[in-house]
Formats: sequence, structure tokens, C-alpha cells
Amino acid sequence: MTLNVNKIRQDFPILKRKVYGKPLAYLDNAATTQKPRQVIQAISEYYENYNSNVHRAVHKLSQEATHAYDEAHEKVAGFVGAKMEEIAFTKNTTESINIAANALSSQLRKGDEILLTQMEHHSNIVPWQQAAKRTGAKIRYAEIDENGELKMRQLQQLINKKTKVVAFTHVSNVLGTVNPAKEIIAAAHEAGAITVLDAAQSVPHIPLNVGELDCDIMAFSGHKMLGPTGMGVLYGKEEVLSEMEPLLYGGDMISEVSFDDAKWNELPWKFEAGTPNVAGAVGLAAAVDYLQKAGMENVHEHEKKLTKLAYDRLSKIEGLKIYGPPPNKRGGLAAFSLEGVHNHDVSAMLDAQGIAVRGGHHCAMPLARLLGIAGTTRASFYLYNTAEEIDKLAAVVKTVAAKMKSFAKVK
Amino acid sequence: MEKKETNAIEELYREELMDHYQNPRNQGELAGADVSYHDHNPVCGDEVTMQLKVSDGEIKDAKFTGKGCAISQAAASMLTEEAKGKKTRQLLQMKTEDVLQILKINPGPVRIKCALLALRALQKGLLKYEAKLLKAK
Repeated sequence: MTLNVNKIRQDFPILKRKVYGKPLAYLDNAATTQKPRQVIQAISEYYENYNSNVHRAVHKLSQEATHAYDEAHEKVAGFVGAKMEEIAFTKNTTESINIAANALSSQLRKGDEILLTQMEHHSNIVPWQQAAKRTGAKIRYAEIDENGELKMRQLQQLINKKTKVVAFTHVSNVLGTVNPAKEIIAAAHEAGAITVLDAAQSVPHIPLNVGELDCDIMAFSGHKMLGPTGMGVLYGKEEVLSEMEPLLYGGDMISEVSFDDAKWNELPWKFEAGTPNVAGAVGLAAAVDYLQKAGMENVHEHEKKLTKLAYDRLSKIEGLKIYGPPPNKRGGLAAFSLEGVHNHDVSAMLDAQGIAVRGGHHCAMPLARLLGIAGTTRASFYLYNTAEEIDKLAAVVKTVAAKMKSFAKVK
Repeated sequence: MEKKETNAIEELYREELMDHYQNPRNQGELAGADVSYHDHNPVCGDEVTMQLKVSDGEIKDAKFTGKGCAISQAAASMLTEEAKGKKTRQLLQMKTEDVLQILKINPGPVRIKCALLALRALQKGLLKYEAKLLKAK
């Protein structure tokens, strides 16, 4: 089944907006996605009708809010094939990874190894660097080849008895590479390592089932999948989360407190100290409903088409280089550089035509350095993007290339 | 917030600015520079090194090296032209608006950092230079 993109676009109020008098072409979905009115309305409805704190008071509003909040966990769990107890809400992917890195630190000893990859986002590097500093563990990096794919043999060789954690991104936010998660996780498990999957760029775009992947811990963000900002998800297998120490302590995460000590609440509440983002959870639940109705297979198929189109159109432009693997091996994004033009200039010129893209190192500075570039311009797609928008992107990039050439030094 | 339909590309990437970017003035190492200051924008990776020759509180020569976006590099080029013959005091008093007037653009809240990188480097370098002079006295 194909998506009815025209109908979908009607659900997104912001897509009617004009920028500098031009229709908005929003192609920065890897950074954050737009929100359908179903999500916006669910959030207003919560604030207008049943705003209250959860898991506490017995009054009607609190009952409704608690029900909605708990149900949001169930919906998100269902979306990725998990149990409700295995889904804790955080504020973003970064926080989820920090919780994991902090908790796993207690199991790390001097000489242990943490395996990451060269294509990680800062959020899946920095928390591990700190964990390594605290424990004396060593970080190793699986390398990428000239296609922007992981060198699987090298990766497998890096996994050894000392490897305690293997943390990697499912889909690279720069290269677009879809990593063979199942294979990496199986190799890690064979060595007895815990796996942490950064799924920020996969859960929103690809049908995914945690049981099938067999990952121990997984992190993703609600705002990259039509939900509100301030909502992240920490998934962990029940037996893994049970052993993990929370990062934040306080209300709602306890079962019993005395003046001397406290016992932790059951899963997943142990990881949700303090008044949670109830409105955010309600919004995320609406986003999950929306995506499920559209069908993740259809979303994925639609993005694949757009990505192929973008790849074909862009790669024809002289002096343009797309980073990462060919379209059949990548997620819904294309990061590129244009010879002789800085990525910020490309982004600004696209912006002037109403096309929103991202320029820079995309929070993966080590990767940019490895590629020998200051940054790239990235176009990333979602279910509401159209082939016309891709055509427009390619046309403007072509104009930019020509314009910059006209100012070339030979003048 | 919303601008009327204009050719926003032409507005931001004016011909003069692009000319400075593609054909930078005073680019290169300044031998025997009194002031030399390197600065960068961690977010976007723009870099400049501003160098000055100063005598009796007046800028005798100015050069720059760097890499980055058109706005950051054109601003550095234009600023070296602007600096020559000026008093150090005048340069230290230069503000955001002065730079934007020279560039004749309104880069907006994100890219303003690109436009101001060269001036910031120049001023930090001058302050360091003046502090050193004071110490020597």
C-alpha cells in the first residue's frame, strides 16, 4: 500500500506555512519532525480537560491522567514489540543513553572494553567516554569503509572477552547507513557483552521489533517520530533494567523510603523520578497511533522512494558528493558537499528558497574529521515529503553550484 | 518574522560579499605581526586568524587567513581593508552594527556568529596586545 501523502500533508498545519514567501519544504527530519494536528490536539486536550499529576491523587483528573500516561507506555511498547515494563520515558535519546552508560559503569572495571563505531553521534560517544574515565575501561571504535559502511570483519575482531558493552547506531544520522544490528548484537552476545542500540534514526522510519533484534538496551526520541520535544524512550530487557541503577532519584521512582534508605519502585517507574512529562507522553502516544495508522512498512517504502530519487538527482550535479552507501543500503537521508561551497552557504541558499535542511557536522565531529570535511548539507525525509520537494531541492542546489561558480577565482 | 518575497539569496550573498569570498583581500601571513589571533566557531567550524601591524596606536597593515563559509571569510577580508589606517581604539569600539554595515547584510540570529567571527578575533587580539604593552611599561 502506498501512502496518501496529499492527505497526510493536510494533517500537518506547519506544512501550509510559507518561508520568505515560498512554500516550506521541510527536509530536516533527522533533526526533528513536524507534528500532525492529532498530536497537537492530544496535548491541548490533556491541558484543557484532565491536566493533573500522575500516580498520586485519587481524584478523577489524576485517574484520567494516570491512565493516559500509563497507556502511552503501552502504546510505545507495542510500537517496538516490547513489554510496558521495559519502556521508560526520558527527555530524549541522549538522556536514555546517559542512563545506560551511568548504570553500566558500575559493572565496568579497568581494562574492560566498550566498543563504539566511527559513525556515532556525540550522544553515543561522550557518555561512554565519561564512563571509561570513571572506570578505567577502554573505548574502541569499529571502523567504516569508503562507502560509509562498517567493516564487519574488523568489528567482529574487536569483540573479545574484555568487551563489556557494544553501543552503536542503528542508522547513521550523517551517512544514512543502516547497520546490520542483528548481526552485531549476536556477535556481542556471544562474547557476553551488553548491547546498546541508538535507534533515534531507525524507530521513526523502519518497522522495528526489539525481540527480533535482541538488543539489551535501546534509545530513541519521540520528537523525531511526530511526537513533542522533551520526550525520549529508554527500552531495556526486563532482566537488564532490573539490574540497572537509575540516574535520577526522588519521587515516584521509589517503593519505600525511610530516613536512612529507600527501595526502588518497580519497572519502568524506577527510571522516571519526579513529575514526568505527562503532556509529552500523551502527545507521543498520539504520534504512535498516527504512525501505526499510516503503517510503518508504508512509511519506510515511501522514504526509500524519496531517498532513491534524491540520490539520483543530486549525484548528477557536478562537484556534488554524497556521503555514505547507495540508496538501497541507506535510511531516508542524504548528506552531501558541494565543491568549493561551504555547507552553511548551501544551507542558507536553500533556506532562501523555503527549503529547510541542516548544515554542519551533525553532532558527529569525529566522523566529519575522519571524512576530512568541516561538515555537510543534509536533507532528510519523512512520510509527508514529496517527490516535488526533492526536485526542488536538486534544482536549487544546481543553481547554487552555478552561482558560486560564477564568482570563481578566474573572474 | 516573515519576510516579503524577495530574492533572499541575492540579499544575503551580495555580489560584493561573494567577490571578497572568492577573491579575498589581504589574505596570507603577515610577517612580523604585532597582533595575531586565531579564533573559531565550534558549531560550524569557521576559522580565522587575524594579524595586524601596529605602530603608535595605528593599524599599519592587516592580513588574515582562514577557512569557512562565505560570510565568515568575506567579513575577514572586508575587515582587513577597514582596519588599515584606523586607530586601535576605533577598532576596539566597533560593534555588531558596524560589521553588518560593512557587509551590508542582515544574517539573522544563527549566522550572525559567522559575520562577527573576524571582528571578535581582531578585538581579542588587540586586547591581548594592549595588555602586553601595559605590562611592558
